[in-house]
Amino acid sequence: MVQTTPLWEVFIRPRNGLSHKHVGSIHAADEVLALQAARDVYTRRGEGNSIWVVRSADIHASDPDQAAENFEPTADKIYRHPTFYEIPEEVGHM
Amino acid sequence: MYSQGLIGADGRTTESEEFLARFQARIDAEEKIEPTDAMPEGYRRTLVRQIGQHAHSEIVGMLPEGNWITRAPSLRRKAALLAKVQDEGGHGLYLYCAAETLGVSREEMTEELLSGKAKYSSIFNYPTLSWADIGIIGWLVDGAAIMNQIPLCRCSFGPYARAMIRVCKEESFHQRQGYELCMSLAFGTPEQKAMVQDALNRWWWPSIMMFGPHDADSQHSDQSMAWKIKRFSNDELRQKFIDATVPQAEYLGLTLPDPDLKWNEEKGGYDHGPIDWSEFWRVVKGQGPMARDRIKARKKAWDDGAWVREAALAHAEKRRARKMAAE
Repeated sequence: MVQTTPLWEVFIRPRNGLSHKHVGSIHAADEVLALQAARDVYTRRGEGNSIWVVRSADIHASDPDQAAENFEPTADKIYRHPTFYEIPEEVGHM
Repeated sequence: MYSQGLIGADGRTTESEEFLARFQARIDAEEKIEPTDAMPEGYRRTLVRQIGQHAHSEIVGMLPEGNWITRAPSLRRKAALLAKVQDEGGHGLYLYCAAETLGVSREEMTEELLSGKAKYSSIFNYPTLSWADIGIIGWLVDGAAIMNQIPLCRCSFGPYARAMIRVCKEESFHQRQGYELCMSLAFGTPEQKAMVQDALNRWWWPSIMMFGPHDADSQHSDQSMAWKIKRFSNDELRQKFIDATVPQAEYLGLTLPDPDLKWNEEKGGYDHGPIDWSEFWRVVKGQGPMARDRIKARKKAWDDGAWVREAALAHAEKRRARKMAAE
C-alpha cells in the first residue's frame, strides 16, 4: 500500500491589509513543505505577501443540501439593510 | 498549454429524468456546479477524464521544451523558457487539484498516465528538433491552447473554471515570448529564417489537429456542450485559431504549409486543406515519434522521486511524534 501525500488548502494575502483568500490546494508531507510548495505554485508573479496552509481534512463545510434552510431566511429580513428605512433628502446623506 | 477535443468522453448517465432536468436547469441558469453538489455520474466522469487529460498534458508538455533549456542561446531566452516550463508544471498542479475535488486521487491519475490508460494532448508526442521549435510551440501550440482555454474559464464546473482563470492569466506570456522568438529568427539571417520556416512546416498540422476531430466525427460533443463543459465546437475553435494565425504568419514573412489555405469572403474566414486524421489517431494512440520517450521520462521521474516522497512523509511523522511527546 503506497502512502498518500496529504492535501492542503492554500490561502494567500494579496496585499497588506487584505484578508487571506483561498487560491487552491497542494499536496505535501507536512506544513513546512506545504508552505514551500504553495510559494512555488501559487506566488510566481507577486500574488501575495503571506501564505496560510490548512490540512484539507481539517476543513468542515456546510451541507449544500441545507443551503435553503441555512441561507434563505436572510432574504426575508430586508429590514437589516439601510435602504429599508426612508430618510428625507433634506436631512442630507445618512 | 493544452487544447484537445476530449478524447473518449462518455457522458452516458443513468439518473432519473427529473434529476437530470433539475441539473440541466441549474446549468442553463449559468449556475456553477461545486464538488459537493449532486451531479449526474456522466458529468462527473466526463470532467474527471477531461481535467485529468488536461493536467497530464501540462505535465508531459514540460518535456519537449525542457529539452532546450540548457541550450537556450541567451540568458534572457533561458530565463523565459525556465519560467514557462515552471508555469506548465504549476498549471498541471492546479488542474490535478480541480480533478481531485471530484473524488479521484492524485496517485490514481498518475498511475493512469504512466500505464498509458489516460491520454494527453497528442502534440507533445512530436520531437523538438531545433531551437526554432521553442518559438513555434509558444506561438502556435500555446496559441491554440489559449483559444481552447478561454472558454473553459466559463465552464460550468467551478473548480475547473477557477483553475482556468489562473492558467489563462499566465498563458499570455507563453504565446508572446514564442512569437517574439519567431520574430527574432524570421527577421534574422537567411539560415535563421529557414530554421523557423522548417519548424513551422512541422508544427502547423499537428497544431490545428489539437482542436480534435471535426464536429461531424466528434461523438460526445453534444452532451458536453449541453452541460456547458464545452462552449464552442472543435471546428469553431479551429477556425478562430486559423483566422488569428494567418496574419501573424504573414507579418513574419513565413508560409503556412497548406496550399489550400485561402480567404473565404462569404464565411469571413479562411478555408483550409484536408487534415490527415489517420496521423492524429496514430499519435493519440501512442504511436507518435516521442510517445514512448515521454512516458519513460515521466515514469523515471515518478520512480526516482519515490524515496523523496517516502522520506518527506517519514520525516513529517517523526516531527509529529516528537511534538506529541513534548506536549
